[in-house]
Amino acid sequence: MLSMAPANTVVSASDLGLTFQTADGPVTALTGVNLNVEKGDFVSFIGPSGCGKTTFLRVIADLEKPTSGTITVNGMTPEEARRQRAYGYVFQAAALYPWRTIEKNIALPLEIMGYSRQDQKARIDRTLDLVNLSGFGKKYPWQLSGGMQQRASIARALAFDADLLLMDEPFGALDEIVRDHLNEQLLKLWAATQKTICFVTHSIPEAVYLSTKIVVMSPRPGRVTDIIESPLPKERPLDIRETPEFLAVAHRVREGLRAGHSYEEHA
Amino acid sequence: MEQASFFKDRLLPIGTVVLALIVLWYVFVVVLNAPFERDTAARAGTTISFSELLPRTMAQERPVLPAPHQVLAELWDTTVNKAITSKRSLVYHAWVTLSATLMGFGMGAVLGILLAVAIVHNRAMDRSLMPWVIASQTIPILAIAPMIIVVLNAVGISGLMPKALISTYLSFFPVVVGMVKGLRSPEQIQLDLMHTYNASASQTFWKLRWPCSMPYLFTSLKVAIAISLVGAIVGELPTGAVAGLGARLLAGSYYGQTVQIWAALFMAAAVAALLVIIVGFAHSLVLKRMGARA
Repeated sequence: MLSMAPANTVVSASDLGLTFQTADGPVTALTGVNLNVEKGDFVSFIGPSGCGKTTFLRVIADLEKPTSGTITVNGMTPEEARRQRAYGYVFQAAALYPWRTIEKNIALPLEIMGYSRQDQKARIDRTLDLVNLSGFGKKYPWQLSGGMQQRASIARALAFDADLLLMDEPFGALDEIVRDHLNEQLLKLWAATQKTICFVTHSIPEAVYLSTKIVVMSPRPGRVTDIIESPLPKERPLDIRETPEFLAVAHRVREGLRAGHSYEEHA
Repeated sequence: MEQASFFKDRLLPIGTVVLALIVLWYVFVVVLNAPFERDTAARAGTTISFSELLPRTMAQERPVLPAPHQVLAELWDTTVNKAITSKRSLVYHAWVTLSATLMGFGMGAVLGILLAVAIVHNRAMDRSLMPWVIASQTIPILAIAPMIIVVLNAVGISGLMPKALISTYLSFFPVVVGMVKGLRSPEQIQLDLMHTYNASASQTFWKLRWPCSMPYLFTSLKVAIAISLVGAIVGELPTGAVAGLGARLLAGSYYGQTVQIWAALFMAAAVAALLVIIVGFAHSLVLKRMGARA
């Protein structure tokens, strides 16, 4: 099963399920998820809270263990992939260590993975430049705005050689103006680095604007209701969001979300 | 506009309280020491007027409650007017106690940190050790201090060590409790981050848990150093001690030298304050180095 995924498939899930045992009985966070993420894809996971989008990302990252089905990351189990440091993870909060400067925060994974001091320095400079934070390396996190902190945390995830970037609502806590700006930067960064990105969001415009593939999910139980291959070109200025193509994709996402929704009163 | 004024913000409120306490103290000096003067007068077959009584209550040799100026005079006499090496110098006695305090504090801090590390990293340790740590503090220190001294004396350990061990016994506790909380204070997201890097337990400890625990460490060290001093003083009592602030307290009470007792008490308080201030200073120094906002 493990070797069956084609060479350029980064994540491959088949019939994946995860049930949490809670005090109120079992809760099915994910069921029957079949999905392939190809090398170079920008895949967004969208859905209301409780649909399992974050859980799926955490399964890829080996932060949760699936209870049924199979999943491979780079052709390996998630645990093996994690041990090989196959991915960088960007959390909802920047989670920078307050006692470290920005450059020391970016150095954290490099220190742990045993990069040489020289190499660390070069990587810090390069990633700070990638996220437009050059000159802020010596600052402490509290001296930066929320958007800058989140960019620093992206730099931290890019500093080591992982081809897969997992992002869990990284811009969810930011205001819309900052978010637009960061979305634009993220697309540039994706083009520049050729990474594969899995991106969790609950914003339809964000998902459509960023992705080559949009995975629509719905809750109770968490499952995939639609997978949309985006027809939009790779080159995307912000005003692409007013084109009919963009609106058509957004419409299909909205339909998918509505179909999967069961806001009946018995919930 | 709102400039911090040292006089208005610090000196005035503190000074007012100190002044009120001193006035209250003098009132009690008169009230508590008056019966002795009246008895003396009665025995001599005379009566004593209040204006005669007032100054006498503040100048007794063995008052029930010595007046503040008597204590100050004793403090001055036993610190400035005596050679530091003299057995009658309060500085000498304070040093004897301080050395035991510092040694006990050092051992207590190290022991406390090691226990906390074990408790945080090992479930079995958490379950088995923590109840004993708490139980250890429910035993009154006055009850076990003599036993520790006697037992250690029997195996040939005397002098500084037994006292330091009593200090250790008291001071490791706040450090264990504080550090267990401190080492567990990293948020889940920060721990998850370490997990995604496939960081080892020791990397997670040194790069995350240890720096996270610093505020907790220093808060517990402040408590620990103050009770280390108490431990050292208590440790000096049952030996019929020859030196130290505890010995001064004991000797003072044997011979009814209340002025000497109060002077020793004030010295102990001053030493404790100094120690806590030093730890506090180290705390702010470490926080500054860790990039805390000014």
